[in-house]
Amino acid sequence: MFCLPGIIITFIFHYIPLYGVQIAFRKYSVKRGFWGSEWVGLQHFVRFFNSPNAVQIITNTLILSLYSLAASFPIPILLALFLNSMRHRRYRKVIQTVTYAPNFISIIVMCGMLILFLSPRIGIINKLLELFGVEAINFMGLPQAWRHIYVWSGVWQTMGWSSVVYFAALSGVSPEYHEAAVVDGATKLQRIRYIDFPSILPVAVMLLILSFGSLLSIGFEKAYALQNDLNRTVSEIISTYTYKVGIVDSNMSYSAAIGLFNSVVNAVLLVTVNWVSGKISGNALW
Amino acid sequence: MSLFKRKASENTFSDFTGSAKSRSFEDRVYDAIVFVVLTLVFLIVAYPLYFIIISSISDPVLVASGQVTFWPRGITFEGYQEVFKKGEVMRGFFNSVYYTLLGVGVSLVVTLPTAYALSRDDFFGRKVISIFYVLTMFVSGGLIPTYLVVRSAGFIDTVWALVIPGAMGVYNMMVARTFFKTNISPELLDAAKIDGCNDTWFFLRIVLPLSGAIIAILVLWIGVGHWNSYFNALLYLNQRERQPLQLELRYILILNTDYVASQGMSLEAIKEQRRLEAVKEMLKYSLIIISSLPVLLLYPFIQKHFVKGVTVGSLKG
Repeated sequence: MFCLPGIIITFIFHYIPLYGVQIAFRKYSVKRGFWGSEWVGLQHFVRFFNSPNAVQIITNTLILSLYSLAASFPIPILLALFLNSMRHRRYRKVIQTVTYAPNFISIIVMCGMLILFLSPRIGIINKLLELFGVEAINFMGLPQAWRHIYVWSGVWQTMGWSSVVYFAALSGVSPEYHEAAVVDGATKLQRIRYIDFPSILPVAVMLLILSFGSLLSIGFEKAYALQNDLNRTVSEIISTYTYKVGIVDSNMSYSAAIGLFNSVVNAVLLVTVNWVSGKISGNALW
Repeated sequence: MSLFKRKASENTFSDFTGSAKSRSFEDRVYDAIVFVVLTLVFLIVAYPLYFIIISSISDPVLVASGQVTFWPRGITFEGYQEVFKKGEVMRGFFNSVYYTLLGVGVSLVVTLPTAYALSRDDFFGRKVISIFYVLTMFVSGGLIPTYLVVRSAGFIDTVWALVIPGAMGVYNMMVARTFFKTNISPELLDAAKIDGCNDTWFFLRIVLPLSGAIIAILVLWIGVGHWNSYFNALLYLNQRERQPLQLELRYILILNTDYVASQGMSLEAIKEQRRLEAVKEMLKYSLIIISSLPVLLLYPFIQKHFVKGVTVGSLKG
């Protein structure tokens, strides 16, 4: 009885949509509804893969998420290792408090800040560039800058918070290991390499596997907020495209087909990476 | 043993660095590098935040021409006054407060009982229900099918679209379950049962009062999530009057639809126009501060609990 409300909500809003995925194989019409629409088989998939957009969107999504992962995965680990070995405890607390803070800024505010700072007319970055005689640059309209803006602002926002879980793992290391290592004359770097690093490895591997599982579903909110007509060639990713096709243009079935393709790729990646990781390091989710 | 009392063992590394004399040269170089790198990180994170604050209280013309860098100049609160004059921003603010409170309430009512039931070893069907939930973390129907279900439930343009579909956070539920498992002993239940207490009473009168820490964490997690999100509102709320603060912010900060009306062409008018445009930009800084205020005020409190929550979550059972 305790479980009932949760089960009902999850069933309706998670499992019925799962069943509803079949509209990807139908020609959805409002009049005939969810189940009455006529079957069209793989037509929507064929149309998507034949469209000139498909390659570009999938490439954009992959590049963006691999780049994000490459930057935002190792940095929190380094940060946690550094913080943990910091000698000034009070200063460490200050750094932690400050680096956690951006995590609580909303995506809209984050993007608003980026647009303000990078604005060609009043942005502080361009004012600084002007001091060195560089002409103002419209960064947000520069396709080749967009990915860097996206990824590094993400690192800025989340590195502190992502380091918490590693920092917690490091706090669990028994002090005796460090004592023994100091007695044996180990340097700090050696202690990090042989004591701290192995202790966070399982957590790191687990998080890495999970992030591969969502490689293609990189967030809608930020990409959409940072998107404009000038940078569309690099900023259009699967999630923003499904939103536009499905909700804005009401092309429900076509959009659902792209979404389904996305979920299937994610699931395959998750299972594969998990299997590979289990073979190589013995760390796997299941 | 309570998971929430692990503080004693928190500092392990720096306790054994020894006195300055006994540190080797290599270690001292390492310490110096760590110090420099972390100070850089600190500055990179802190400066943009600091800049927003000083810009929000400086003379807008000076900010727009890049003359405000380290200290606020020509202090004025005009930006804040402008924000409070904006009806739609205020409306969005109160909408967001309402959605956040309701969202947190509904979520707790759904999440906590489930978590408690699943934490009990004697609960029949525990395994099946766990799998039922964990599956939803890995497979989903995707945007469109979910949208269609929400629409056919009649939730479009109502609060319920924001509050109900995401009410059951599986990750939150698992964190709460771990907490109950480690903090509510079976003996307590046995004792209560002997006194004639049934499960519902036990949950309401004994489990919940003992779970302040986890409830605080969930309230903060869910609350911040609701306050900061905009996607669901963009998707499900079409009427401007119902939109939350984040969407109003989007119009002003991102889409820049907040035009300054033209004043005519005399020299005076052009000057005034310049100033108004600067004020319009300044308003953005103030707006950023005001919209983040609820979270900022809670931040010291949040930080403590968030960290504990992550720790419990990473030890999932």
